[in-house]
Amino acid sequence: MKKVIYAAAILLFGIFALGGCGKEEPKEYLTVFNYGEYMDPDVIDQFTEETGIGIKYEEALTPEELYAKYSSGAISYDLVCSSDYMIQRLIQEGEAQKVDFSSMEYADNIGDRFWEFSRAFDPNNEYALPYFYGTIGILYDTTKVNGPIDSWGVLFDGSYKNDIIMQNSQRDTFMITLKYLGYSLNTSDEGELREAQELLIKQKPDVQAYLVDEARDEVVAGNAAMAVVYSGEAYLGHEYNENLAYVVPKEGSNVWIDSWIVTKNCKNIEAAQKFLDFLCREDIATKNFEYIYYSTPNEAVVANMDEELKNDPAITPTEEDMRNCEVCTQIDEDVVTLYNELWKELKADGGE
Amino acid sequence: MKRKYLSTPYIIWVIGFTLFPLITIAVSAFTNDDGAFTWDNIVAISEPINRQALLFSLAIAFGCTLICILLAYPTALFLKSFRFKRKGFTIFLLVLPMWMNFILRILAWQMILSKNGILNFILGKFGLTPLAISNTWIALMIGMVYDFLPYMILPIFNAISDIDEDLIEAARDLGAGSFTVFRKIIFPLSMPGMLSGVVMVFVPAMTSFVIADILGGGKLQLIGNIIEQEFMKSMNWHLGAGLSISLMLLVLIGLAFTMRNDMEEKGTAIW
Repeated sequence: MKKVIYAAAILLFGIFALGGCGKEEPKEYLTVFNYGEYMDPDVIDQFTEETGIGIKYEEALTPEELYAKYSSGAISYDLVCSSDYMIQRLIQEGEAQKVDFSSMEYADNIGDRFWEFSRAFDPNNEYALPYFYGTIGILYDTTKVNGPIDSWGVLFDGSYKNDIIMQNSQRDTFMITLKYLGYSLNTSDEGELREAQELLIKQKPDVQAYLVDEARDEVVAGNAAMAVVYSGEAYLGHEYNENLAYVVPKEGSNVWIDSWIVTKNCKNIEAAQKFLDFLCREDIATKNFEYIYYSTPNEAVVANMDEELKNDPAITPTEEDMRNCEVCTQIDEDVVTLYNELWKELKADGGE
Repeated sequence: MKRKYLSTPYIIWVIGFTLFPLITIAVSAFTNDDGAFTWDNIVAISEPINRQALLFSLAIAFGCTLICILLAYPTALFLKSFRFKRKGFTIFLLVLPMWMNFILRILAWQMILSKNGILNFILGKFGLTPLAISNTWIALMIGMVYDFLPYMILPIFNAISDIDEDLIEAARDLGAGSFTVFRKIIFPLSMPGMLSGVVMVFVPAMTSFVIADILGGGKLQLIGNIIEQEFMKSMNWHLGAGLSISLMLLVLIGLAFTMRNDMEEKGTAIW
């Protein structure tokens, strides 16, 4: 059934694609799979103009959706961009093929520390090319707190009652607590996870709400003093309320990296490498950065950034900020089950 | 022959959107990851956390239904007595908000009730202390009553409108006062409408999760939220399906119990 739908979708897409280009038809094509709104459309056109290689561009909203579409096999993708843990899964399942990054002209633009972080899911840096990254931290209203914040502790010491917004997501919320307690965010130790849950239960009465997308908005609107948010969200928050500040607490946090891989089905490896190299080129990476405003691992872009952006921890976290940060890796099935249990218990606590 | 063709859309609809999904859910509910038969997912509703959420949902749904009845009944009586030429228009005003997406309306409530929201702004203007009801069960209740009230008013209003005026006049001729007329004629005859209203308010209130998500700030856990979490976050479709089936059965038993008397008289007039 799914295949029929995809076939119909491709057919439709094909008709539009054909209708669109009356001029010369590219001889080779790459099928690129990415998150929605995650690449400047001009970049795709420019690539085709410069190289004569056409791009069939497919989008997904979440890593899970991306994985489901990918594994249905309806479309044979050449290049896939996804989040660290999903890239890890794809590599482990043998879906990626090795890429010779050293032969690429612009791969050096990607900073060393990002290759290092990548090792969490791609131990020998053979498969994944970092695309964008970010951190999780505290977005706070400087008029509502006493002095600058530098620790996750403010969320747990009871000094901001009913003024805290937490993330409504298991992994993120536990991550914060684990880091605060000095554990790894990839721990599978039941004792450590239970300790984290205990702290979260104790904290629950002080939490105004557990939100995802609205977390930032509540701080922008002045309904809460602080919220746990993704760095990309924090940057956009400044635009609405200039009293906001973002910090990656000193205990460390989660750094997420979205990366590109070349799939095992890709026949035209040369073209795929060309595309990846193209994405690393300074002007192209700048274009994408200015379209998305997440942190870019491309140091050539960072070097030429406005001072304001360069000093914004939401856009350009310092080495210091990143010192204790970790990448989330896949956790075992039974740990996932434990997480689900602990989360349900947390949510049920204090219920009527 | 002709009737056979007329039934086609209905049959396609029921097979595609009732039977097929139900069977899928049931299969999921009675199997585990290995595909083997199990009762575990069905019995899971009695685990402490699930039971707590279920009881909380029951309490909220019950409260919501009660408030809706208390608000809807006088409204329906008022609408019935309304001698305005364009009675349809007054009902239209009631239904009008339902033409807008309900998530948007609930988001509007979030704005109204939030700490620096419209309600507290108005209270502040009058020098009153701001209320801290956002992200509490009170906010959830307000949202639910707001959303479901029309579904209570309309069936009650329809039932009351259908009452034969002659019955009321006859009662009055025989010396019944207003209260007796209400108690002996209007109220009993409006029961089928009220029961339809109860079904249309209680069941969605019992199973909803979006309102709790938005107005509860992720701190309130209805049974619907647990099921949603099993499907969307924990990816445990078997457990989610099992809980759904249990919930469906509980609701069915409850309804059968409520409707027992009503069936004999007038059948279940849903609208």
